[in-house]
Amino acid sequence: MIRFGWLQFRGQALTALAVLAAVAVILLITGWQVNHLYAASGLAACPSAGGCPGPASALLAKLHADSAFGVVYWSGIFVLYAVPAIVGMFWGAPLIAREIEAGTYRLAWTQSVSRTRWLAVKLGLAGLASMAAAGLLSLMVTSWASRVDPLDPFGMNKLQPAMFGTRGIVPVGYAAFAFVLGVAVGMLIRNTVAAIAVTPVVFGAMQGVMIAWIRPRLIAPVHATMPLSLATVQSVGSNAGAPASNDLFVSAPVSEPGGWVYSSQVLSATGHASLGPDPKACASGSDQACNAALAKLHLLQTVTYQPASHYWPLQWEEASVFLVLALLLAGLCFFWIRRRLTG
Amino acid sequence: MSAILEAAGLGKRYGHRWALRDCTLAIPAGRVVGLVGPNGAGKTTLLNLAVGLLAPTAGTISVLGGRPDAPGQMARVGFVAQDTPVYRRLPVGDHLRAGAWLNPGWDEEAARDRIERLGLDTRQRAGSLSGGQRAQLALTMALAKRPELLLLDEPVASLDPLARREFLQGLMEAVAEHGTSVVLSSHLIADIERVCDYLIVLTGSRIRVAGEVSELLASHHQLSGPRRGPGTLPAGQEVITESHTDRQSTLLIRTSTPILDPAWTVRPVSLEDLVLAYMSRADSAAPTRPALGVAS
Repeated sequence: MIRFGWLQFRGQALTALAVLAAVAVILLITGWQVNHLYAASGLAACPSAGGCPGPASALLAKLHADSAFGVVYWSGIFVLYAVPAIVGMFWGAPLIAREIEAGTYRLAWTQSVSRTRWLAVKLGLAGLASMAAAGLLSLMVTSWASRVDPLDPFGMNKLQPAMFGTRGIVPVGYAAFAFVLGVAVGMLIRNTVAAIAVTPVVFGAMQGVMIAWIRPRLIAPVHATMPLSLATVQSVGSNAGAPASNDLFVSAPVSEPGGWVYSSQVLSATGHASLGPDPKACASGSDQACNAALAKLHLLQTVTYQPASHYWPLQWEEASVFLVLALLLAGLCFFWIRRRLTG
Repeated sequence: MSAILEAAGLGKRYGHRWALRDCTLAIPAGRVVGLVGPNGAGKTTLLNLAVGLLAPTAGTISVLGGRPDAPGQMARVGFVAQDTPVYRRLPVGDHLRAGAWLNPGWDEEAARDRIERLGLDTRQRAGSLSGGQRAQLALTMALAKRPELLLLDEPVASLDPLARREFLQGLMEAVAEHGTSVVLSSHLIADIERVCDYLIVLTGSRIRVAGEVSELLASHHQLSGPRRGPGTLPAGQEVITESHTDRQSTLLIRTSTPILDPAWTVRPVSLEDLVLAYMSRADSAAPTRPALGVAS
């Protein structure tokens, strides 16, 4: 059955291989340029990315000057979101739906191989290929971006929601889930075209649920309270966002290198959200006078965030969630093909 | 010898509609069985139940002594599904390779021989074959499994008369060579007449008659004579159909005893007469629909 499974799947597999090879060539050429600029910047000698702001911004300026860099960077993100959906649409959805539509299931399931084994081989071959394709792609893009990701070239680090699913091992989980989702949807609605349309919608919704509700809870974030560093204060005023009118309002964004900040808040010295009345020095005086007045208030800042050190644990957790969902859906497929499809 | 296909109270329901019901059958081995009935009578349902593509709603079915979904069962049964499905994008040769990979008893030489004799190009995609060639490919795949029982669902329905004759001829040659039992469904009596020695008439989702063709022909007679009611026939003569004019009665009866009444002119029946008689009897026995009316 494995040979027959391969006979039917090899066309799709070779197409995927050709696409991966083309992507590899593009990444190799542009990656060579990025590496060249990186080597010339002297950043390699820096202890950390944040430690050499000068060379880092010089390198970023050079990268941004090259339009190809931005195109490849964003394309890498786009492709890693698109590939799992495409795999679900074009490998998953037709897997059973097309057999039902064309009536060939009556040929396939009346050979000497059991239906369960038929499905196991079909799911196994294309499912593993989906995971391998997404994994390879992620590996290529992740290593292409490994020099520049620590610099947050477009203001995002790889732990932030929009980037997280496009690096590391999470795309493997996405691909496994999207593929089996496509198979299950095709089996339930028995129409290839409809299944191709429905699969990416359900997959996108599932990704949205993951980003909005599940991922923030996978690993408990760090809550930290520290004295407010006046250097980070961006604006001072009253009213806007303050609990009561005329209360002091301080906006001080938190920078957590490589981390994902959920929320931050400036608190009074006693830990209350109300900071008290706006000091006169800030309403009318100079910045220095305002800073001196703020310093006397001993304001605090609380931050809720995922530190950079949570990156890999979160990657494993999220990939596992999608792999488990994929296994559950596969179980549904086996149940269905044994019980329900026979009516 | 035990039955190759045995059903007891077998039924299959879709929603409120019974596609097949109260089907009780025991088909002996070594026969070429014709399953005849109009489209939608339940022939496909019965055959799909026999290969496990459907699960029964009621009753039981056993094929070659085993449940259709038993492990290894399908290695012993060859099946050509309705419309002879093939993988349109795969070449003929790939179908044969797939057959070899998927079936432990595959007879590679016989399959290649048959395809060669049919003049099929193994590199040609199955989607570009004619209906007759596609049916032959499907039959080749079913035969090369070396099945003990071959089930064919309307294999010649879409073929022109010449392709139909060739298909049935090929089927009969293969069957004669290996002594395979065959169940073949068709809505055309001529096909059944040509190749079958056992007949099952299935209409309105029920089996109306089943038996050896020779026995059926020997036990059914057409009687014509002066008009009289059916109650006047001796016991053991079952009326299948009757028609009356003012002066004459014509009956088709089933009996195992000789007809002694000299008033009757007795004529033998053809297979077609017999099948049509059972079909028309089923129609007239069907419960009459309530007349349509407008609720007021």
